[in-house]
This record gives sequence, C-alpha cells and structure tokens, in this order.
Amino acid sequence: MREEPTDEVNAAIAEIARRYPQPRSAALMVLHFLQERFGCLTPPLIEQAAEQLGLQPVNLYELVTFYPMFRMRPAGRWHLRLCRTLSCALAGSAELHRYLCEKLGLDPSERGPQTTPDGRVTVEFVDCLARCHQAPAALCNEEEWDRVDKGKLDEFLRRLESERGDELG
Amino acid sequence: MAAERRLILRHIDQPGYTPDIDCYRRHGGYKTLEKALRLEAAEGPDGRRLTPQERLRQEVAVSQLRGRGGAGFPTGLKWSLVDRTSGKPIHLICNADESEPGAFKDRQILYKDPHQLLEGMILACYANEAHQAWIYIRGEFIQGARILEKALEEARRAGFLGNNILGSGYDLEIHIHRGAGAYICGEETALIESLEGRRPYPRVKPPFYPTVFGLYQCPTIVNNVETLCAVKHVIEMGGAEYAKLGSPNNTGTRIVCLSGCVRRPGYYEIETGKVTLRELIFEESFGGGLREGRRLKAVIPGGVSSRVFRAGEKVKLPSSDPSEQGAARAVDALDIPYDFTTVAAAGSMSGAGAIIVLDDTVSMVEALANIAEFFAHESCGQCVPCREGSFWISEILRRILRGEGRPQDPDELLRIARNIAGGKTVCAFGDACARPVESFVTKFEEEFRAACGARIGAPAGGE
Ligand SMILES: Cc1cc2nc3c(=O)[nH]c(=O)nc-3n(C[C@H](O)[C@H](O)[C@H](O)COP(=O)(O)O)c2cc1C
Ligand code: FES
Repeated sequence: MREEPTDEVNAAIAEIARRYPQPRSAALMVLHFLQERFGCLTPPLIEQAAEQLGLQPVNLYELVTFYPMFRMRPAGRWHLRLCRTLSCALAGSAELHRYLCEKLGLDPSERGPQTTPDGRVTVEFVDCLARCHQAPAALCNEEEWDRVDKGKLDEFLRRLESERGDELG
Repeated sequence: MAAERRLILRHIDQPGYTPDIDCYRRHGGYKTLEKALRLEAAEGPDGRRLTPQERLRQEVAVSQLRGRGGAGFPTGLKWSLVDRTSGKPIHLICNADESEPGAFKDRQILYKDPHQLLEGMILACYANEAHQAWIYIRGEFIQGARILEKALEEARRAGFLGNNILGSGYDLEIHIHRGAGAYICGEETALIESLEGRRPYPRVKPPFYPTVFGLYQCPTIVNNVETLCAVKHVIEMGGAEYAKLGSPNNTGTRIVCLSGCVRRPGYYEIETGKVTLRELIFEESFGGGLREGRRLKAVIPGGVSSRVFRAGEKVKLPSSDPSEQGAARAVDALDIPYDFTTVAAAGSMSGAGAIIVLDDTVSMVEALANIAEFFAHESCGQCVPCREGSFWISEILRRILRGEGRPQDPDELLRIARNIAGGKTVCAFGDACARPVESFVTKFEEEFRAACGARIGAPAGGE
C-alpha cells in the first residue's frame, strides 16, 4: 500500500469536490475515499487532503476524531461490527460479542474497535445497524450478516484459521 | 381482521423485482414524473392562477401528508415555509440516516427500490424549484450507497436527471453524501452541518426551520426517505385521493418496523391509524404474537427515544365522540390505533414507526441500561446537560446491573433525566434520551427499586 497521495488520488479528490458548491462539503466523502484506498487516515493523507480542499488540517482532524467510522490506525483485514443495541441485545448479541472476543484474545468489556495482535481481525460492538428484524445483526467489511449465532462465528473463525494456514504455506 | 396496505412497499420483496431502472419502469416507474413535468399552469381552488409547481405543492398540502422521519411534521406546511423570495438557490436533502434504534424501513426502499425514492425526490425538487439535492445516507449502508450511485447513473442516462430533464427545461443534480457512524447526523441541522463538512453539532434555533436558513444559509428542505416516496404516491393518486387512506390528520400509509420479542419481526405497511398496537404485535399477518409461554411486558412504540408502554397500562384519550366534548376515557395502551396523533395523546410517540416488543423474560433495568449506553455514546457533546447527563445515567445503570445500586438511584435517574429534558439543550436529542429513563423508571418502579435494594448487607438508605 502506498502512503503518499498520488496525482491520481488528487484527481479523485478534485472530482469529489466538484459535486458541492463549497469544497469543504466534500470533506466526509474525501475521508471515506482515502480510508477505503489507504486503509486508514494518516497525518500526511489528512494534511494533503486539507490543502487540496483549501482547509486547515484541524478542519479534517476534528472530523476524523468525531465520526466513529474514521480511524487513524489500520483495521484488520476483517472488520466485524456486531450490533449491541436493544433488539440485537434481546437476541443475545452481548454473549456473541463476548464469545468472539474470548476466542480472539480481545477484551469483551471494550465496545470500541480492537484489533488482534496479528492485525488480522478488528472487532467492534456498534449501535443499531437498522436491521433489527434480523437480530443479531453484523457488518463484516461490507457484507451484511443476519441472525448471527455461534455457528456463524465459528465458521468465521475457521475461515481465519485456514487463511492463516494458506499464508504460512 | 387488520391487514397490510402496501403502497410504497408494493413491489418490494416480490419475486423477480430488482432495483434497476428497467424493472422499475416495467412496473410503471417514472410515469408520474413524466406526467408532472407536462403539467401546465391552471386555476387553483381560490381562482388564483397556479404554476405547475404550485399545483404539485397544492396536492401535497391537500394530502395532509406528515413527515415519516420522526416528528410527523406536515410536509405541505414545511414546503410552504420555504423562503422563495431570497434569491438564493433552494436545496433539498433526503434524510437517509436511519439510525433510530428499532427503525429499518428506509433501508428497504434504499436497497430494494431506489428509483422509487429518486422519482419522489425529483418530483419534490421540481415542485420546489430546487436544482441541487443530496441524499444523506448513513455510513454503515455501504452497499446501499453503491446501489444508489448506480440508480443515479441510470436515471441520468435515461434523462430523468441532469440538464433539461425530458425536454422540460428543468435541471436537477442529485448527489450522495455518506455519513460516518454518528446518530446525531439524523437531526436535520446536524445533518446540514455534516454536509457542510463540519462536526455535526445541531444548530441553535431560531431560526427554527432550515426552510429559511439551511444548507449554506440557503432555504433547504429536509425530508425523510419514506416521506419522499409518499410524495410520489400523492402526486400519482392526487392529494385528495391519498388523504382517503388512513385516518384524519394521519393520512396515507406508514411502514411500521417490528422487532424484539415477537415471532415475526419485520416491516409492515399499514393504513395509518387503521391498525392497533395489539393487532400489530399479535395478529398472524403482522407480528404473530410472542414466543411460546411468554407474556407481554412492555412495548416501545416509536424507537428508543419514545416513552415505553407497560402491558396492561391504561392511557387517557380525549373521546372522539362529539357528544362527550372531548372528555377523557381510559383505554388499554395496546388498543390505541397506531398513528401520530393517538400515540402522542397517549403520552408517547410513534416517531419513525419503530415498535420494540419486550416480553416477561426481559429485565427492564437491563433494557434501559442498553438504551442509556446508546444515548451516552451518541450525545454529540455540545450541550452540558445532555453530554454529562446521558453519561451519568448510563454509569448509574451499569452500577445497578453490577449489583451495586443504591436505594436512591431510581430517584437520581429521574432527577438527572428531568435536568436534561424540557428545552435545556440545543436539539431534541436531550428530550429523546430523557424519555426512556423517565418512563421506564416510573412505570416499572418496583423493578428498579428491587434492583437497587438487592445488595446483600447494605445499610438502608446508605451511600
Ligand atoms: C436526535 C435525532 C435523530 C434523528 N434521526 C433521524 C433519522 O435518522 N432519519 C430521519 O429521517 N429523521 C431523523 N430525525 C428527524 C429530522 O430532524 C427531521 O425532522 C426529518 O428528517 C424531517 O423529515 P420529514 O419531515 O420528512 O419527517 C432525527 C431527529 C433527532 C432530533
Ligand atoms: S438493534 Fe441491532 S440492528 Fe437495530
């Protein structure tokens, strides 16, 4: 992964900014774009984007530190967001979160994003994903999981294991 | 027997119905827009000459449509408040932030029938002479944003967006703006701040309505996804015809989201006010009742921001019989029709149509602790009563759950909630976070007191 924005990235930022009457409005969409492209929002990326949008770096830092979906450190290759809110809690999501954290050596009392030491998985206990009728709901990268249960989590853990096996050769 | 009345959801979930433009058009899609763009000026009911745009706005006013985003604000009235004399451009924003816990209706439209939303939005923009519009979609709807991007591209190619739409001379661009995981962005002035590239701190009112000072200080309409789809049906059917659906002051259909302890959680579209809470929870065509051997304990009628109803609770409603001159009558909370007016008269609200059902296996203390943690996490931090209050409410409830509750804690919770509610904060989030606390603790007082007194060997009344 490249760390420095390229001309191509700058062109993409300019393209996003063109959709708005004022370039500052493009901030969120630009941050989404950079995070998707580079994995996380590093200071050089943020500062370069700020300059291109005609903003001070702080104008973007204050967004990155406010909005839960932005991160300044990389997430795992798999980012599992499990819903903790009422309808999912009634369907057992707290137990599922604890189970997964214990299996992965993470802290079950932590709701914010936590990544395994090998950098493979990030687990986050998030608020309502607007799929309460399919509780417990989860979002794994971009994949929407419904009615999550231990079986589904075990399957996920097995997938991680076999991936690791593949990498070790 | 009460039944669904699918208007907005008519095609959604039908086998073979896909979110692409060809499918939408095969099912009559964009016909209403084509017709509306050909509309000519005509005389209004009062003899005044109305422009085509005014005629469309008139239909929406006649329909008595109320916003589906939570507050039930009349859409026609909102549109009439738009400052059309400022000389500034008018903007329209579709609120697709859908983050009230328990709500998942807008998502069905965004993912499965995006062109219905676009048609409604283009109609609303045309009627209000807006040339730039945005869809603010919550960040977690990653696939949803992609589906919308594709739909927008298809609509542009078909000539429904861009310059000189269908040869009418009308220009419109719609763009997608993704949120990034903050609930407060659903509040319309926070949403506007977010769209301007700032932290989503709700704006101080007055000015009360973005329709005068909204995006970039320009007149701005913010409408919910479902509202904009309803607009399409209002224009298609005519306002008067639409108003025949539902009940007075609660016209049309509404999508109700049912979750929690019911057999058939899901989304159901009903004629507003034609189905009771009891029917929604228990009838086979809706929730299908509770699981084997369970008893109903409580119902949250309009998302976690609404006041809870206790099973068996009697609520006082003004009599609808004119001979009784509005005298109050006591009704079981479950027997009230699900609409805006009656649920509000019964002391709660239907909000975004999110009903969460709790059965007798649920601890009300745990349920409230869960809700309180949501609000503590989502408070934007701008106003002290809300930021500090929501945090301490959540902390106290956690302490109670750990078995370390103090006998005075229920009163403490009520005191904090009352110090947040009632206009002490910039936006309605403060009241939203106080309502569940106040209603859970007063309506299930015994349970909260028991949870706080259960500490073994605790001196009564001690710190
Ligand atoms: C804390 C808070 C959160 C809100 N969240 C949403 C939301 O997710 N979606 C929505 O449409 N309206 C939401 N609203 C209501 C909006 O402020 C606004 O009233 C609504 O989008 C107007 O659309 P309507 O008139 O079509 O209902 C929220 C309001 C508050 C106070
Ligand atoms: S409560 Fe989990 S998706 Fe809504």
